[in-house]
Amino acid sequence: MIVVNELRKSYGKHEILKGIDTEIRKGEVVVVIGPSGSGKSTFLRCLNYLEQPSSGEIRLNDVLITNKQAELNRIRQEMGMVFQHFNLFPHMTVLDNLTLAPRTLKKLSKEKANARAMELLRVVGLEDKFNSYPDRLSGGQKQRVAIARALAMEPSVMLFDEPTSALDPEMVGEVLEVMKKLALNGMTMVIVTHEMGFAREVGDRLLFMDGGCIVEEGIPVEVFQNPQHSRTQDFLAKVL
Amino acid sequence: MDLDFSFMAEYWPSFLRGAWVTLKLSFFGVALGTLLGVLFALMRISRWWPVKFIASAYIEIIRGTPMLVQIFIIHYGLTGFGINLPPFISGVVALTINSSAYMAEVFRAGIEAIDKGQTEAARSLGLSRWMALRYIVLPQAFRNMLPAIGNEFIIIIKDSSLISVIGIAELMYNARTVQSITFSPMEPLLVACALYFVMTFTLSRLLAVLERKLRS
Repeated sequence: MIVVNELRKSYGKHEILKGIDTEIRKGEVVVVIGPSGSGKSTFLRCLNYLEQPSSGEIRLNDVLITNKQAELNRIRQEMGMVFQHFNLFPHMTVLDNLTLAPRTLKKLSKEKANARAMELLRVVGLEDKFNSYPDRLSGGQKQRVAIARALAMEPSVMLFDEPTSALDPEMVGEVLEVMKKLALNGMTMVIVTHEMGFAREVGDRLLFMDGGCIVEEGIPVEVFQNPQHSRTQDFLAKVL
Repeated sequence: MDLDFSFMAEYWPSFLRGAWVTLKLSFFGVALGTLLGVLFALMRISRWWPVKFIASAYIEIIRGTPMLVQIFIIHYGLTGFGINLPPFISGVVALTINSSAYMAEVFRAGIEAIDKGQTEAARSLGLSRWMALRYIVLPQAFRNMLPAIGNEFIIIIKDSSLISVIGIAELMYNARTVQSITFSPMEPLLVACALYFVMTFTLSRLLAVLERKLRS
């Protein structure tokens, strides 16, 4: 589904990504872990070109992603993204947050978009909040709305950039629960996370990144139990 | 000295006519200045450097030169190039270019103050740069900018008094006329001040109401 080839990204002289090669298959849940500054968020943000790669190729369903704006806007509709800081639109109700993109981009009628949005709010367990503004929601609720907003465009893959890192501990669970539900329904997902338990339980494949490279990858349970690379061992020893 | 406002019995219509012209000048200056200001603000945040350069140069030059000189250039200077604008139009042009330069900076600051994550979220959904600006950034920026915009409106009403130098019978011009007819140095100016204050204060109250509406 997503094929990444020799992906590099530099800011000035500082190289953040030093040649990433990987493939994300349909229906697969890929979890990306690693120390801060390892480039895992940058990697994720390059996938939908929120960061423009310095070199390398990314293909989505065999289509090469380029920097042409019109195509990029279409490709991004295929890739939902969930941010660490939610980034809900504060001047719109929850319902409007969900329907803005479907209505402007897919030209859905108001009724259709609303009905679909309510359905998604039910999936994330927030149908009673449809008329609230984001500032009335808790962090966990905000993130669940953000997930529903991304799903409203019916993407074929979902990207999660540390979705629980900005949450109070007691709210992490409800967000992970929603993500687990998505995974079980067969959604293709790439998740940058510090939640090791979640990574082990839900991930089909784990990428360990350090210093701008994928140092080790494999089935999460196996990597956790028996890390091959010394840097993976060091990292896991610290976080587990 | 004693203040004597007895001239008002005869001259009050002249003050009111002047105030009306001031309002018209300011209205056009504000409306056109805001439109142009948005345009220049968008040009200034453009990724295309010639566009950015034109907007920056315009803003810096207009802000860095006295409005009084600009008024003279527009109304008298341009006649040398065969451009003869009626006084009222010259006045509106001068107010417009001035307010647009200041307004552009207000808008730019307002746009840049919105968290980058907002644009990123919008773009990640597939919205274009322009849609993200229109649906996400500008509505939020406008709310934050309202006090600064109100400030700008008030400045324009006051600055419109400078337009009197090219012979438009607005409030300041008429106050000076009454001054010279009645030989009273102070009182007509006080009347003009009072009328300016009524206009600016009313406007600032109206804006405060609008601000409260938008916040709730």
